[in-house]
Formats: sequence, structure tokens, C-alpha cells
Amino acid sequence: MKQSKWGMVVDLDKCNGCQACVVACQSENNIPLQKKSDYDENRVIQWIRVERYWEGSFPDVKAKFIPIMCQHCDEAPCEPVCPVYASYHNNEGLNVQVYNRCIGTRFCANNCPYQVRFFNFWEAEWPDSLKNQLNPDVTVRSRGIMEKCTFCVQKIRRTKRDAKVNGFEIEDGAREINPACVNSCNTEALIFGDMNNPESKISRIKAKEEKKDGRGYHLMEHYGTSPNVLYLKKVDNSKKSHSH
Amino acid sequence: MQEHQQLSDSEITEDLTAPVIRSARWFWSFVGSLGFIMLVGISGYIYELYSGLGVTGVQRPVYWGAYITNFVFWIGISHAGIMVSAILRLTQAEWKRPITRAAEVLTLFSLIAALSNILFHVGRPWRIYWITPLPPIFIGFDFARGIWPNVRSPFVWDPVAVGTYLLSTILFVYTCLIPDIALVRDKVKSGPAKIVYSILALGFRGTPRQWKVQATAPILLSALVLPIFVSVHSIVSWDFAVSIAVEGWHSTIFAPYFIIGAIHSGVSGVVTLMAGLLWLYKLDKYIKPDHFDAIGRLLVVVATIWFFALFLEWIYALYPLEDPEIALRNMQVSQPPWSYLFIVFLLTGFFIPVSAWLFKSVRRNPMWMFFTTILVNIGMWLERFLIIVPGLSRRTELSFNWGSYAPSLVEIGLVAFTFAFVICGIIVFARIFPLIPPFDIKEGMRFRHVIKIGKKNISAVVRE
Repeated sequence: MKQSKWGMVVDLDKCNGCQACVVACQSENNIPLQKKSDYDENRVIQWIRVERYWEGSFPDVKAKFIPIMCQHCDEAPCEPVCPVYASYHNNEGLNVQVYNRCIGTRFCANNCPYQVRFFNFWEAEWPDSLKNQLNPDVTVRSRGIMEKCTFCVQKIRRTKRDAKVNGFEIEDGAREINPACVNSCNTEALIFGDMNNPESKISRIKAKEEKKDGRGYHLMEHYGTSPNVLYLKKVDNSKKSHSH
Repeated sequence: MQEHQQLSDSEITEDLTAPVIRSARWFWSFVGSLGFIMLVGISGYIYELYSGLGVTGVQRPVYWGAYITNFVFWIGISHAGIMVSAILRLTQAEWKRPITRAAEVLTLFSLIAALSNILFHVGRPWRIYWITPLPPIFIGFDFARGIWPNVRSPFVWDPVAVGTYLLSTILFVYTCLIPDIALVRDKVKSGPAKIVYSILALGFRGTPRQWKVQATAPILLSALVLPIFVSVHSIVSWDFAVSIAVEGWHSTIFAPYFIIGAIHSGVSGVVTLMAGLLWLYKLDKYIKPDHFDAIGRLLVVVATIWFFALFLEWIYALYPLEDPEIALRNMQVSQPPWSYLFIVFLLTGFFIPVSAWLFKSVRRNPMWMFFTTILVNIGMWLERFLIIVPGLSRRTELSFNWGSYAPSLVEIGLVAFTFAFVICGIIVFARIFPLIPPFDIKEGMRFRHVIKIGKKNISAVVRE
């Protein structure tokens, strides 16, 4: 079987900023409940977050949403600075965080231009009513270590193993392998898939949108991180008439 | 330059071993109050260990704060020892004699203080040894992880550089200490102290061969230590300079800029220490205004080079006209509280002390030198703070993530701990070993001569 290279496409034209992806991610990945104090202290853990920007002045204001998660960069700046190889690149193009190895220098977080690495300032806690909801496939991270989006690597691993044992082919875009955020996206703004498979939806979108007049761009490309998340820019009809 | 005052050997021995033989009146109260500050700091650390790093002020965009600032600061101070000791030893500057050991001891304790900051800083300090390549014999003890540390990471370069520096400093201090330990051994009457000194003196009897080895070793060590001296702060600066994602840090001038800044703060630290010792131990016979004058001139040169490097750093940063960089620099100079800190930094780090040092009367006055050099180190602490924190507060395109930072009480307590630790360490060291090397002073007295040129008597140094 050919080696996969996982990637994601975020279609900003379809994103309505509903934050379903954020909630899905919190529950899939055992992220502790974020209290008001966490927001006040600027210590929120959100593996995917929806950033909201206002554009224009008062009567003609537009909200623009951009979901930002780990970009799984091919040249990830967080990897070389980790002294203990807690952050490394696996052979499926994923930028992986090994919680057991992390000693919490927070160097990776400083070196991430996207600010998608999160530090556990406190011990993770859940109310008793939510303890049975924890995902058994995902480690609960202790305090003092970094964590971040994994593209739900536990789902990828489980599906691949199931496919091997039961002898079926993994469908492109199957719900079993899609990260929680992709499954929860009601407008299909997030598309996940294998970029090494030329037939997959993501490969076709990439081929179309990465062309010169396509909508595709990578976030903060000038850092040379070559991310595996492709953003498709918003189509603004109001500006169509005098486009440049 | 120096006034000539010949002192007899017995007088020197008597004066300089006095603090070792009996403790001064202020000793216990001084050490006690420093110990109290340290205790407060340590209890803060226990609280931090128990509840997690949430008790510090670091937050999402600014993941490094006062601890790393303090780490860089103490590494900077530690450059004093080698600057004064090794460079002045190699250049045979005669005025170095009374201050070398104080400078080396300052290096020793400030390095330990710097390393303790790493423990305060990391999330899981009980796993800190994972950054060292441990041999596989430790398998089974939860020591070896079966994985080599990532040698691309500056946090692996750091312990290598700082560890080498610490080891060579210990060697340096100890090598220069042996004749004086022997002297104290002979002065102490009996008891356990005598046994300890006898062991530490390594059987030094003052035979010609022993003196020859003893005189050669520090010179060789100085030459060996100088490359380390350059590498240590370069590597510390690369902790910042290799980060591509932080505009204020990603700069190629950081290594020389940090080294010269370290010399600036380190030599200032030595002057503060000299003036403090002069006052505490009444060393007027040994530490003269001449010494302050000489080191003051050195400081003017160092400070000016450092200021030029600071200027260049700004020029290099602004030259590409990148938006995040301009936003960051704009924030540093025009947005409170950074703008106030920036003004304090410029005044205390350069303008007030350097303009004061231009006057001979200031340079020759220990009290003035004491306060101006303390100002320098306030400025240099702020310099590191202003590099680290505003740099991290992310003035990038994603303005959603902008943030700020203010140190918490625990952090302030632990910063105070490091200061108390270094002062206390030096004072306790001075209680155990002579802080002004008697043998070095005596050697200086042997070399001293007065040469008559015309009608003028000029003190000079005669070497074989």
C-alpha cells in the first residue's frame, strides 16, 4: 500500500464560524473544559480555534472567520527546537507530539508562527458527570506538557488497523478516518484526505485551487514552513466588479 | 598609574585570612536575612511544583517570561569571571590581582543561579535530565529513554556550553585557590576544619615545582576557557536567534550583541562586588581607587561597543521593513508599560552610568561606582526582558493571538531567590576561603618596583 500523506483543505468561503469543530475537537481529544478563568488568563486550550476578524467600518461591517489548527508543516519550526524529540514528524506527513517525552520547555510554542501549541498550565480536571465521556483512545495529558492538534491520529490508526484486519479499502473522506472537526463541519468547509492519492477529493481540490488563478493559499507562507493545510480564500462578490 | 604601597607578607596574610579565621559581626544576620529571602523563594517554587506552572504569569502567546530573562541575565553576569580573570591574566594586567577570585566566584555562583532558573522554568523539572545523553547503563532506572536528545535544539547546546563553562570555572577557581587553602590550613589550629583544609590543599607545601605548576595552570586554563566564554553566550543568544517565528528574536547579530552585553553587565557586576567587599571587609589597602579607575575605563569602552551593537540590532531589524517587526519595535518604544521600561533601560543601561564614568572623580569613588554599576545591571535585566517578552507577544498578522505578560509573585520571589543565592554564596565562600588571594597580592608586591625617570618616581612592574 502506498504511504499516505494527510492534509486538509479549509474553504473559508464555506465557513460560517459556528464553532462546531471546536466543540467536536474538545470532546474527541479529551481537552479539559475551558473555564472563564482560562479565557481571562489567556490560557485556553483549543486545538482548533475559529478566529474572527471584522472588516470594514460601521454600517458596512463584515465578520470573517478563519479556523486555525496545527498546519502539520513539512518544515515544522517546532520540531528542531525540541530538545527531547517530543515533537517530531512521522512518515505520514503528520507533525506528532509525544506527550511522554515532553518536559515542557515551551520552545516549540514560541517557534510556532500559528500559535497552535498549547501548554497544560494546570492538571486537567473534569466534573464527575463528564468522566465517562472521555475518549479511551486518547491520552489525558498531565500538567507541564505541550499538546496540539494531531489530525485525530487515533482515528487514522484505528481505521487503518481495522482495514488491515477486516480486509477493506479505506474510502476517501470516510467518517471513520476524518478528524472530529471535519465530521462536525455542517457546511463541509473542512476537507480531510490523503494527498498522495490522486483520486481523493483533497488532491483534486489542490490540483484545481493551487493553480495561478485558484483560491488556494497557505497560511503565513513566508516563514517557509510548507504547511499541509490549504486555505481557500473567501469569494467576495461585492468586490467582483472592480477586481484586481 | 598605581601608587606604591609596600606591604609585608605577614601583614597581607593577617589581613586577608582574617574573615576566614573568625566571622565578622554582621555575618550571621546578613546570611540569615538572605536565607530568609531564599526560603520565601523556595516555598514559592514548591507551590509552583505542587500546582503547576499556572501560578506563573506566562500565558499563551508569551510562553517564556521572567525565568528565562533571569537565566540570560545570570549567564551574562557569569561572563565577568572569565573576562576579568582570563583576559586580564593573559594580558598580564597588574591591577587584576585583588579582584580575580571575587570575579571567578561570582561566575561560579551566577552560573548555578542561571541553571536553577531552568528548573523553575520547565513544565516537568523532574524529567530535566532527558536533555542529556545518558548512557544505556541506566536502562531500568527510568533514566535512559532509549532515545538520543535532539542535537538540533538550542536547548541541547545550552547545557553542553553552560555545563562546560561551569566545570571549567570550578577548575579555575580551585586551581587558583590551592596556595591559599594551604595558607589557611597552616593558620587554622586544629579540629575538623584543619582536616578539611588539609584535604582540599592537596598537599601543597610551596615547593618550587608546586609553585611552577600552580603559576602555569591558570594561564593555560585561561587560554582554554576563552573559547568557551565566547561560545556560551552565543549559544544562549541562539535560543532566541534560531526561532523563525518570533520577529524580534530572529536576528543574526544576536551572538556578538549578547556577548558584549554580557561583558557589560558582568564587569559591572564585578565592580559592584568589589565595592561591596571593600566596604564589608575594609579592604582599602588592597582595593584602591586605581582599580576602580582602570575597570571604569574598561567599562566605558565595553558599554559603548554594546550600545553600538544595540543600535545595529535595531537597524538590522528595521531595514527589511517587515510589518510585524515594525509593529514590535513600535510597541517597544511607544506602548506602556514597554515604553517606560525601554526608557529606564536606556537610561540605566547606558546613558547615566557611561556619562558618569567619563569623570575621573566618579571612576575613583567606590560608592559612585557601586551605584552606577547596579544601575547597569538593572538596565541589562530589563534589556533581556524587553527582548523576550515583547518579542513573544506576537505582533504578527494573526492579531487574534496578541497577548501580554506580567510576572507573578512566585516569579518575583524566585528571581529574588537567585539574587539572594548569589550574594549569600559569595559571602559564605568568603567565610571559608580568602576572597582576595593573598599569594597573588604577595607576588604582586615582589614584582613591584619604583623607577626614577628624571625627577619623577614611577611605579612599575618588573618581570623576569
